[in-house]
Amino acid sequence: MARTIRDHVSEKLEKNMEDSLREEFQDDADLFTFADYDEEESERAGYTNYSYWGSTVRMFFKDKGAVFCLIVMVAIIAFTIIQPYLPGQRDPYTINTDSELFIPLRNVAPCAEYWFGTNSIGQDLWARIWAGTRTSLFIGFAVAMVEAVVGITMGVLWGYVRKLDFLFTEIYNVLDNIPQTIVLILIAYIMTPSVKTLIFAMSLTGWIGMARFIRNQILIIRDRDYNLASRCLGTPTKRLVFKNLLPYLVSVIMLRMALAIPAAIGNEVFITYIGLGLPATTASLGQLIEDGRQVMMNASQRYQLIFPAVVLSIVTISFYIVGNAFSDAADPKNHR
Amino acid sequence: MVKYLAKRIGRSLITLFIIICVVFILMRQMPIEGYFQNFDKLTEAQIQAGLEEQGLLDPMPVQLLHFFQNMLKGDFGVSHSYRVNVPVTEILADKLPISIKLGSLSILASLILGIPLGTIMARFKSRIPDKLGTLFIVFIQAVPAAVYYLFIQMYGTLLLDIPLLFDESNWKSWILPVFSMSLGNIAYYGMWLRRYMVDESNKDYVRLAKAKGASGNSVMFRHIFRNAFVPMVQYLPSSFLNTVIGSIYVESLYSIPGMGGLLVTVIKGNDNNMVQAIVLLYATVGVIGLLLGDIMMVILDPRISLSGKEGER
Repeated sequence: MARTIRDHVSEKLEKNMEDSLREEFQDDADLFTFADYDEEESERAGYTNYSYWGSTVRMFFKDKGAVFCLIVMVAIIAFTIIQPYLPGQRDPYTINTDSELFIPLRNVAPCAEYWFGTNSIGQDLWARIWAGTRTSLFIGFAVAMVEAVVGITMGVLWGYVRKLDFLFTEIYNVLDNIPQTIVLILIAYIMTPSVKTLIFAMSLTGWIGMARFIRNQILIIRDRDYNLASRCLGTPTKRLVFKNLLPYLVSVIMLRMALAIPAAIGNEVFITYIGLGLPATTASLGQLIEDGRQVMMNASQRYQLIFPAVVLSIVTISFYIVGNAFSDAADPKNHR
Repeated sequence: MVKYLAKRIGRSLITLFIIICVVFILMRQMPIEGYFQNFDKLTEAQIQAGLEEQGLLDPMPVQLLHFFQNMLKGDFGVSHSYRVNVPVTEILADKLPISIKLGSLSILASLILGIPLGTIMARFKSRIPDKLGTLFIVFIQAVPAAVYYLFIQMYGTLLLDIPLLFDESNWKSWILPVFSMSLGNIAYYGMWLRRYMVDESNKDYVRLAKAKGASGNSVMFRHIFRNAFVPMVQYLPSSFLNTVIGSIYVESLYSIPGMGGLLVTVIKGNDNNMVQAIVLLYATVGVIGLLLGDIMMVILDPRISLSGKEGER
């Protein structure tokens, strides 16, 4: 009852307004001129020049901690790439020897000559740490890429193609029950260790979680009104997936990718510890940590564990925080 | 309910069957050195005879069938390099108790420490305890366990003034391994409990309780905590898995004579039968853990059905 009265009143008001407007306009034809565009005015009218990426970036930069981590992250990535080309850098694999006595400079404590010291066979730890970070980051990025590409493809198929849903769900239920670390150990045990096989072993299970996540999200938004409308208008499926569905998922995809990198680095450390890691000819963070572990109870050589561990922690923490902050910022629900 | 349980258990069995087949077939791709005690000294004829004797020259399906037959009899073959010609099951029986003890202690410790962490963080939301807790959680989740375990071992042993390696009779040497293994779960419980409690505290019934004049602490514990705790149960299986996996590394670091340390030793020694049996054991523990978690959820929340299960585990 209340509603009908209110409707009635508002109808009446509208009518009155229209009438009065019409009268005014009849009097004054000059009113129909082009208005100047005024940004402030346009804001007031409820119109904003909202752009998704603009808001995402703005939201992200509000978080000072995340911005700091982003700077650290970019600096580290840039530095690992350019480090070998800088002047005065040593080779990570050369065994440094004393220039007069020709004996290897083993376990030299950090000094001006060797910034991070040398390891137990006389290799320069500074150069090894950056070479190792390069290897580990490469593995991390590769695993994250595979996870994203395979995970998204499978997830979209699984979520969008109704006929595949049952089959995929059953396969998923079996695969999901297998502990990932066990798969990793098994594959690493069977194959000869190399960067490629490690990437393969880590990618083998990582995409499953991603695919399930994408599938669940797609199921939720697949039949929303705007997608239904799009389908009715005859939008090709390909365009629907790429333009309507995936952009909605950018935030979660980025988050999972950002988290896949620290996870891959951690897995590499673990696999190296159990003796299935990369050969000694490829420096990696896992290897440096393992080398450091062997001398860690000797206080004077402890730096060989602490330096790689600190660099590794900085890398993983910055990826973790940037990933989380970006996914918060990329979520349209947080945009104002 | 019964139908669900039957279906769920059936799925676990199928999973186990597939895991066993895959593990078995993959292990057969390994170099044959792992099936002999001193491969280098053997002649070609001896190797052939050895392979013949162990049935490794049969076609794959026959081997697999034999393996299943033996497995049902509880026979997983013998160790080749770890303890020569001792049945794998016998070795494992020695090692299992200490791993179980360690694992249960660690889960207990993570509940005892993780639940207060989450509660305190939710109680003092966006104040100093919450911020410190978040810092801790971010650190534990971002930095690989393989790294901070080392620092716990390094400084912990100095701090407690105990030897580096584990000694079962010394209670002090249990502290560090148990603490290391529970850290990941503490962060995990803390994070989720805080999230659920914050969610609950925004609900109407909490507002009503506050409007009635109930004190902050009473609302926190009598209403919010109880309701937030139910969904936490779904994280038990994954924390169970985390503990099992964590034990591989921790046990081997402290030379604890358990399953996890054993796995690392036999991998380094290329003892194929041992690796196979331990991998299968871990996979089984994982599958059973997830099964128990799902069953627990059904008991607690009858709305869940096998077909309509969604969301992150």
